[in-house]
Amino acid sequence: MHSVRVGLLAAVLVSISASVGSGSPRAAGTSSEARPASSEGLAAWQQVYSVLTHPRCLNCHTATNYPQQGEDRHRHQFNVVRGPDGRGVAGLTCATCHQGATSKATGGPNCAECHKGANLEATGVPGGHGWHLAPLSMAWQDRNNKPLSSAQVCRAVTDHTRNENMGGPELLKHHEEAALVQYAWQPGKRPDGTARALPPLTQAQFVEATRRWVEAGTPCPQQ
Amino acid sequence: METYKLMVNGQQKEVTEDPSTPLLWVLREGLKMTGTKYGCGIAACGACTVHIGGQAARSCVLPVSLVNGRPIVTIEAMAEDPVGRVVQDAWVDEDVVQCGYCQSGQIMAAVALLKSIRKPTDKDIEESMGANLCRCGTYVRIRQAIKAAAQQLG
Repeated sequence: MHSVRVGLLAAVLVSISASVGSGSPRAAGTSSEARPASSEGLAAWQQVYSVLTHPRCLNCHTATNYPQQGEDRHRHQFNVVRGPDGRGVAGLTCATCHQGATSKATGGPNCAECHKGANLEATGVPGGHGWHLAPLSMAWQDRNNKPLSSAQVCRAVTDHTRNENMGGPELLKHHEEAALVQYAWQPGKRPDGTARALPPLTQAQFVEATRRWVEAGTPCPQQ
Repeated sequence: METYKLMVNGQQKEVTEDPSTPLLWVLREGLKMTGTKYGCGIAACGACTVHIGGQAARSCVLPVSLVNGRPIVTIEAMAEDPVGRVVQDAWVDEDVVQCGYCQSGQIMAAVALLKSIRKPTDKDIEESMGANLCRCGTYVRIRQAIKAAAQQLG
């Protein structure tokens, strides 16, 4: 009986420890007994951060009124602008050029089966369902085009007032299933035929790192 | 090859194409509707602009398989469109056209703009039309014509 009490106490302490620095007041979606130590969670976050600050993510998580392009994250050609809802402006929406399937096309069982990306290899124009910019509240770079620090991005990602009220499970789902997140690993080729760079982790590794971070209670670095 | 039923300018059309065939080629080669122009082929000039489900779209990079039943409107229908008619008249009144090659795309983009914003500012026009290129440099007259059309549309 005594050992059971000690075990429970230890689990509670681990749980409290893992939530220190977390920006998420929500449950992470797992029992506290299963939570990895906070240091493991922070290590997992650093892996997640390495992907979030890759050009495939940053180019649409801008702090400006326009998207970016390329590995050097230059301003999108033609002075394309964000528009009122992050989808461009009348006459020049994101979908004017970046097309994706909009209805069930293959009969598959999950979202990705129906909302396949639509990179056009012949032209180098990337595409995907619902192409749009992330909201300014989810900017992961500063006004000088420099990626925000790990702590700053973590705070943004876990702040319910900025992240469309996503808790840990929702963030995990977003990283696993969102069509434009999936696009980062299927970016296709540029008009000159060369391949666009991939994030530093595979999507499976990214999802697994997110899972471990979420299970740890979404801890964030202090600075 | 697959068969697709397309709604083009209010008319049902059936075409048999490879799923990756750009809509532009379906229009020009398959349906012989040559008002929509081929410019760059990589969505970088706007000459091929049509409306898909009411939104401007570059038909040179839109595979026919992704149209998915959404209505397609091309420059051939603009004379019958209440906004399109006014825009075309303004284009003539302002003597916009020089060589003319890009102008069907310019008009399609302008109509999409005016259907969304009835009184566009210079900034609205620049942001909406910025990806429709004109190598003759008719941009000043395009802007004047859009404003004239906006005035006409009230």
